[in-house]
Amino acid sequence: MASLEHEIHEFGQLDQLSYQDTPIHRLDPRAKVLTTLVYLVCVVSFGKYAVLPLLPFLLFPVVIAGLGNLPTGFLFRKLLAVAPFAIVVGIFNPLLDTHIALRVGTLGISAGWISYASILLRFGLTTLAALVLIGTTSFMAICAAIERMGAPDVFATQLLFLYRYTFVLADEVVRMGRARALRSFGRHGMGIRVYSNMLGHLLLRTYARAQRIYLAMTCRGFDGQVRILRTLHLSTRDVTFTLGWSAVFVAFRLFNVPLVLGQFITGLIT
Amino acid sequence: MSHHSIEARDLAFSYPDGTVALDGVSFEITHGESVAIVGANGAGKSTLLMHLNGFLTPLRGSVRVGDVPVIKSTLSDIRKAIGTVFQDPDDQLFMPSVYEDVAFGPMNLGLPLEEVDARVIEALTQVDALRLKDRPPYRLSGGEKRAVAIATVLAMRPNALILDEPSSNLDPRARRRLIGLLGTFTHTKIIATHDLDLAMDLCERTIVMSGGTISADGRTGDIFTDDALLDSCGLERPLSMQNCPKCGRSD
Repeated sequence: MASLEHEIHEFGQLDQLSYQDTPIHRLDPRAKVLTTLVYLVCVVSFGKYAVLPLLPFLLFPVVIAGLGNLPTGFLFRKLLAVAPFAIVVGIFNPLLDTHIALRVGTLGISAGWISYASILLRFGLTTLAALVLIGTTSFMAICAAIERMGAPDVFATQLLFLYRYTFVLADEVVRMGRARALRSFGRHGMGIRVYSNMLGHLLLRTYARAQRIYLAMTCRGFDGQVRILRTLHLSTRDVTFTLGWSAVFVAFRLFNVPLVLGQFITGLIT
Repeated sequence: MSHHSIEARDLAFSYPDGTVALDGVSFEITHGESVAIVGANGAGKSTLLMHLNGFLTPLRGSVRVGDVPVIKSTLSDIRKAIGTVFQDPDDQLFMPSVYEDVAFGPMNLGLPLEEVDARVIEALTQVDALRLKDRPPYRLSGGEKRAVAIATVLAMRPNALILDEPSSNLDPRARRRLIGLLGTFTHTKIIATHDLDLAMDLCERTIVMSGGTISADGRTGDIFTDDALLDSCGLERPLSMQNCPKCGRSD
């Protein structure tokens, strides 16, 4: 349970980071959302065995995290926390795809290992970009941005409520877990049956709360549409940010920068 | 709706599982009155409040606000006139920031943006919470949440306030501040509470409920000195009216 509490605390920390005041935080959320989107598309669209051309993409999260004053250690910990997912997803690649694709001296590296490395790298880059986006843009600003960019109203509202009540629900889960742990001794009471009962109970509580929230909303004139009050200003700074980075990403996508750089340097030497 | 009396006539309600929650409740609250509704757990206080703003429809009897009956077609007008502050502020503060939450009601009234802004600032200033306006509600303390929840209702400019357990879960100082704040409001107030000292401070009139009926309705001072009545309804004198626990003296 302690680790869950820890996770929730860290989640809250990420939320708090997004309320800082840096040049990156001051950018229009739409600019950041759009730039991140271009970034993701570029990273994901590489071929199965791409490793080297992906490396330059590290530049974006590093620069933004630096300018946005996000603690590196914290980002890295968050990255590791979700890493098992990617590690498991690609684990069979080296076993299934065994033909040798690369020789380093006498050591043959199979295509499976290369595609596995590519998966891990891609996972790292995309997750970092997402973390950096959330760490530099408050979640509600992201919701406002995607709504303004034409996402359905219902979608933005759902996200808003999801985020708002994550904290309340998480508190409730932690409290229930503590209450159970206090009256369980050893393995007794910690079994799956009690767990499923707790889940059911949590669902009912959530349902009751949803009903009360709905009452509170109708009480203040809710008619099916949540009007998000937020004035967004797109300045030239925001446009430059989006276009500049997008151009960089497209260049990284089209040209194998490390290869070009390597050829250039070897050309200089010889 | 210029004259804001709230009148319940012979209200009866039972929940689908057969629990009788209200059984013939009648009273009239006139404009500007401040009324406490007290009673043991399960006496029917919350169910009664739910009828006053039309969340529940009575099986028998009726509620009138001013000269308007509380029925489906008048609900939106009724809810504009009566602001409800819920017991758990987490239920009431659902928007991502304090400012947006307070603006939620005025936005739904279709007011122009400048007017919405003016109302939000005014309501937050009234509850002394203007400095919290950009904070997300889940980062507020219990007392701050309560103050903001009240502001969300004030921004609608209601004529009457219904408050369900306003002092629950507050530390002594936050509670004292809340009582001071509520005391400054000139609205008609209906306060359901277990905090009889709060009722003493704020309400000149008290309605005592027990078992879904009204056991007593009268001056707060008279009711809280009637030990037989309090005992039969599962209540005790407010602490401020009990004798000193050390020496037994009354003042």
